[in-house]
Amino acid sequence: MNDNRDEKKIVFKILRYRPETDDAPHFVEYEIAWRHEMSVLDGLNAIRDSQAPDLSYRSSCRMAVCGSCAVMIDGVARLACKTFIRDFAKRGIVAIEPLENFPIERDLVVDIEDMIAKLESVHPFIVLQDACKAEHAQAAPNAQAAPNAQAAKPNVQTPQQLEKYRQFAQCIHCGCCYAACPQYKLNRTFLGPAALTLLWRYRQDNRDAGVRLRSAIMGQDSAVWSCTSVGYCTEVCPKLVDPAAAIQLSKEQSAFDYIGFALGRK
Amino acid sequence: MAHGTRSRGRIELEVIETDIAIIGAGGAGLRAAIAAAQKAPQMKIALISKVYPMRSHTVAAEGGAAGVVASGDTLDNHFEDTVAGGDWLCDQDVVEDFVAHATQELIWLENMGCPWSRQASGEVSVRKFGGMKVPRTWFAADKSGFHILHTLYETSTQFDNIVRYDEHFVVDLVEDNSAIRGVLTYDLHNGHYRLIVCKAVVLCTGGAAQAYRDTTNATIVTGDGMSIAYRHGIGLSDMEFVQYHPTGLPGCGLLITEAARGEGGILVNKDGYRYLQDYGLGPETPLGHPENKTMELGPRDRLSQAFWHEAKKGRTAKTALGDVVYLDLRHLGRAKLDERLPQICELARSYVGVEPAVAPIPVRPVVHYTMGGIRTDIDTATSHCGVFAAGECACNGLHGANRLGSNSLTETLVYGHRAGDMAVEFCRQTQAPNRSALTKAALSRADALMAQFDVADQGQSCAQIRRELGTLMEQHAGIYRHETGLSQAVREIADLKSRYKAVDLKDKSGRVFNFELMHWCELGFTLDVAECMVHAALWRKESRGSHQRIDAECTQRDDDNFLCHSFATPTPNGAPQIASQPVRITKSAPGRRVYGGEMHTNGKVQTEDYDEEHDDERQ
Repeated sequence: MNDNRDEKKIVFKILRYRPETDDAPHFVEYEIAWRHEMSVLDGLNAIRDSQAPDLSYRSSCRMAVCGSCAVMIDGVARLACKTFIRDFAKRGIVAIEPLENFPIERDLVVDIEDMIAKLESVHPFIVLQDACKAEHAQAAPNAQAAPNAQAAKPNVQTPQQLEKYRQFAQCIHCGCCYAACPQYKLNRTFLGPAALTLLWRYRQDNRDAGVRLRSAIMGQDSAVWSCTSVGYCTEVCPKLVDPAAAIQLSKEQSAFDYIGFALGRK
Repeated sequence: MAHGTRSRGRIELEVIETDIAIIGAGGAGLRAAIAAAQKAPQMKIALISKVYPMRSHTVAAEGGAAGVVASGDTLDNHFEDTVAGGDWLCDQDVVEDFVAHATQELIWLENMGCPWSRQASGEVSVRKFGGMKVPRTWFAADKSGFHILHTLYETSTQFDNIVRYDEHFVVDLVEDNSAIRGVLTYDLHNGHYRLIVCKAVVLCTGGAAQAYRDTTNATIVTGDGMSIAYRHGIGLSDMEFVQYHPTGLPGCGLLITEAARGEGGILVNKDGYRYLQDYGLGPETPLGHPENKTMELGPRDRLSQAFWHEAKKGRTAKTALGDVVYLDLRHLGRAKLDERLPQICELARSYVGVEPAVAPIPVRPVVHYTMGGIRTDIDTATSHCGVFAAGECACNGLHGANRLGSNSLTETLVYGHRAGDMAVEFCRQTQAPNRSALTKAALSRADALMAQFDVADQGQSCAQIRRELGTLMEQHAGIYRHETGLSQAVREIADLKSRYKAVDLKDKSGRVFNFELMHWCELGFTLDVAECMVHAALWRKESRGSHQRIDAECTQRDDDNFLCHSFATPTPNGAPQIASQPVRITKSAPGRRVYGGEMHTNGKVQTEDYDEEHDDERQ
């Protein structure tokens, strides 16, 4: 951590757009001094604090867990707080652009409402046994999971059962996988990597009673079968969640479910 | 329409009506929303946050949440650890209430899908944490806050009566005839001002650690709710108590969880010596066999103070990022580190270039938590009818002078739930608010905010003021404090507050995502909170828990004069007035905090012995 303390310079080439005054997004270059431990987010903060007080970008935790600061860094979707300036030092310039495949709101801020809506559309919560029965009676299930806390007990879940979904529960909803996804770029109805991973996470949880409901979502046209298995989502995921694996496993399950239903299995 | 001068008087204000307005969508806010939504399916609940819910700072909590579940543990144990950890400044009725409700909240979260770490049998695991007699921390690896927050967020999506207002920055609360019945927000997405008219308000806005330079906290943790409540005359309690977490990364301040020590990590100084044994926390425990309430598992305040003394003695290591000691986890082995502490290993690799399996991690104390906050009663009610507060922004007397690790995540659940229930009850007996009067008041408030765009350039900047504030708080209101420094801090903050008003906002035309405007508002909130912190610290002429003074006459705990909460309220001249409020004691008379080997040799210490406390570590 102590090497390379000398201040060096790097240019941030930032795609800027202000809807009130700009016709189109355009690059602006800022030169900053950097030190070894500085992240790209630290660099953006330095630019905001000393050169461009009107530069807009999202950030919060600084430790790669809140998912706010995803941007394109030299063309790759990454978290600004977990990407270090030192890795771009050789060329002396780094391009920062808003996350691809999302509409730009202003500067590096994009509109992620579509992704949020998709995440919330997969019933991302435990469907309880009783609620599950009610759900089959309704066309539009909306299970009101309301256990009596006093009477409730923890479920048993072995480490092996936990392991079946643990990795897929690590998604921070940063949007990098949507920016990387060639299918989402072409087809905005596609549920996308993070939402399908979340769906699979609950499908694999032994506490969940919503298997039929999840199978139905999984089999929709906009779900797993829209994925063309490029796998770039997994490559860019800053939390090593591997959405491509979640989707692949979902495809297998979905095919199995289809055969099961076709054979009239309950 | 631009923010510029000429636009004033033409502010567009959208008005929305709801029953309950919850501000903040972290652990407490989401729990409150779910509780209210379940209790009153017909009521409308507005969940307002300046970020998306999963970005809230709850996400960064690592170690876990306390709740009695292990055999051999009791509610009394949890009570006693909390009260002793808080140096007897806890309101004990609240602590009794808290420990009694803690476990059911953690079970509820389990039922909702939280991926708690498990034993081989499939039962929930608990781990050791600092200041605990018996392991009682429920955990999800070292991402407990992340999993709690995501479970709450995802659970909340099934309730149609929770309407979220994401990325809505709360500018102020709005009063009609002295009753708070509205929330004025700035919608970052489109620049609109939106008034949310409501019958009840629940504040769940988190802490204020951004008042300090070096903190584990996210940049959004700026004390918004504390300041807004205070400006409306709701008092802030115990603001002098600010917790330094003993193991933050140097420079960035990121948190290395206490669980690292619970799992067996040790702290050594530059000579490789386990220095905590010199500060009443020994004897040294064998490597890989941590003992409860001993050495590295002492309470956070005592560990942070020990660092300060080591630095004074020249026994910390000097680095370019400041003085450090080392957290050594190597003996845990890679497999255990990967299973139990994956995130902190990732943080150490990324942010200080250290692989914990092969090298010790440099750490230092950094500001972590504000014990103080908006004064509430045991049921989350503030002094203002219809305004409730829960979580870190609130001070119900649970934490006293030093919060026990793992109590804060549980607190967000227990009191978030309570606040949701209370708000529903309040709505049921409250008349519809006066929409037109509130609209008028909100327009006037928005207009006052817009006036900041008219301020002429006097060379003041938010970045500079924030830097100066952070530095002076570290210097004068840090681990050790004294009257001269605190008096200077009082003067300097008053000066910063006047300079703050003279900041000219450069981005006059930006409506959408005008973060400069939002950050200016946040800095104003932080300055209010910091001012209360230093005034309260100056007022408390004793040493207790996280508040340690080194000026003469103040180095000991003084129960005769200061076994009471501080209570800060605004005055017309701007500076807070500090009064005292009694501490509620139910069953544990103030005693000595005993850790390490002394627990066994001298475990039953009588009340009168406490005067000797800290004698060994003071000089």
